[in-house]
Amino acid sequence: MATTFEAVAEIIADTSDIPLEEITPEKNAFTDLGIDSLDFLDIAFAIDKHFGIKIPLEQWTEELNENNASIDEYFVLSNLCDRIDEIIAVKDA
Amino acid sequence: MLLEYFQMIDVIEALDPDNGKIVTRADVPMESPVFEGHFPGSPLVPGVLLIETMAQASGFMLLPRLKFERMPFLANVSSAKMRSFVEPGAVLQVEAQLEHDGSGFAATRAQILCQGKKVCDSKLMFRTMPFPNETLKENMLDRFSQISRLSAV
Repeated sequence: MATTFEAVAEIIADTSDIPLEEITPEKNAFTDLGIDSLDFLDIAFAIDKHFGIKIPLEQWTEELNENNASIDEYFVLSNLCDRIDEIIAVKDA
Repeated sequence: MLLEYFQMIDVIEALDPDNGKIVTRADVPMESPVFEGHFPGSPLVPGVLLIETMAQASGFMLLPRLKFERMPFLANVSSAKMRSFVEPGAVLQVEAQLEHDGSGFAATRAQILCQGKKVCDSKLMFRTMPFPNETLKENMLDRFSQISRLSAV
């Protein structure tokens, strides 16, 4: 069974035409991979469907806009995968 | 339909916002300034306006689902297929089904039928955002009320 990171990397590669080998855990989806907010909607959609969750994209965006979080906290891929795992754990609890 | 005013949906025939389903009707007018250019001597509803029609049907499903607190703005159109021509006077059945209700976005699948035959279909994605002003919100509420047979029952 694919790890969360492997699944997310495949989703990003499929939706954004970024070679899979360029998608590594330390990369930031926006600042390193050049994904924009519209493209990230497709990624969020695919992540939600793949894992059966609803990632709180609006809440994260608000926190960023209000300087209550850094972009790396949510969008460095290793951190994004940690957040996804947390949401899955809450859902399955 | 008033094509030149982007007023595409005439009647909401069935609506189930909780389950993300809507069926609407759109009556293509016999005459419109749009037909003067598209195309001279051979009037057809432009494909972009059929996409807009599917987007509006999706929107009228999403608005009550969002309790009229947020506005769906079209953000992405994918897999759009224009399967046959739509001519003046056509009566269209426009259907939309929620595919995913995300955080700040929603995805639908929509299609248009004419005399039972599918004329176009597409996947659509919307950003759902607070209304930018009260005028737009009031206009959306008014329009929804005008076309909703359900509210008149």
